[in-house]
Amino acid sequence: MSSDGRGPLFTTVVVAGGLLHGFGLAYSRMARPEIVLDFLQLEDLGLLFVMGGAAFVTGLAIQLGTRVLETAPLTGTHYTGREKGFDRNVVAGGIIFGVGWGLSGVCPGAGYASLGIGNYRILWAVAGLFIGAYAQGLWRVHRNSETRERSAPGD
Amino acid sequence: MITVSPAIASALAITADLFPRGIDHYLIGGLFIGLGIAVIYLGTGILAGNSTFLETTLSYVSDLPRFQREKYVASRDWRVVFAVSIVAGAAIYEFGFTADAFVTEVQWWRLLGGGILVGIGTRIGKGCTSGHGVSGIASLSRTSIVNVALFIGAAVATALVVASLGVTP
Repeated sequence: MSSDGRGPLFTTVVVAGGLLHGFGLAYSRMARPEIVLDFLQLEDLGLLFVMGGAAFVTGLAIQLGTRVLETAPLTGTHYTGREKGFDRNVVAGGIIFGVGWGLSGVCPGAGYASLGIGNYRILWAVAGLFIGAYAQGLWRVHRNSETRERSAPGD
Repeated sequence: MITVSPAIASALAITADLFPRGIDHYLIGGLFIGLGIAVIYLGTGILAGNSTFLETTLSYVSDLPRFQREKYVASRDWRVVFAVSIVAGAAIYEFGFTADAFVTEVQWWRLLGGGILVGIGTRIGKGCTSGHGVSGIASLSRTSIVNVALFIGAAVATALVVASLGVTP
């Protein structure tokens, strides 16, 4: 596993982080669609503590990285926060994601973790995640080729 | 004489109403979720999200230019390791600390249809519950705050509508 030229220590850290992340998704019950749907139906707001607790710990790490440390030991990259550009896609994508989350009670990380708790029926959702990701990849190709045709010489 | 004032008593009752299962496992689980992201971040400088895995994994089997982007191909191996480790970590909790497996009763068409929309929406919207919801909020990113407000709002509306139509679960 080193097509990115990274060593075994990198992989070890990813494994450790993934184990903790998945453990937390199961511990918090977020890997159970019923619990997520209860939250979204406003019957049990406990998921606020899941997201809040996770953001709190991650925020501490980001403060530590950006204010105290300089570069990450395993990659040499500078620590930064997460900042993606804002555009219409962020709005449209958020709404589409929300409708899907509200319909199924499944988001990507919780979906993977759900496999780990023996929830084999979550394969319906995992298949859906890949179908959806593939569909938007196709749509981007279609949109780009239309843009090229419209801006082709002779217009 | 010490008595609980009516205001405090009703506040406690409302709290119990909002959190009928208590908050302990929610909070502790959330701390572990964040700890996993923090470990990878402090080691590598990467704020690992979960939905990018969908596209980087498709790059193994699809030639679509969207999936063959250099940064996707470069990160696809460790993202598989990350996802498999998430499955393993969840299994350690479920089978090491609770009685047995959990199998959802949510209907298949909700799982499949919802999954498709989540796959589209998270990739168009540049992130999911972990990328925007945890790392983005932790970074106080305005893009993420808007995205999270939209996806939670849309999800609550959708879940309430579906429930009001009598679909359970």
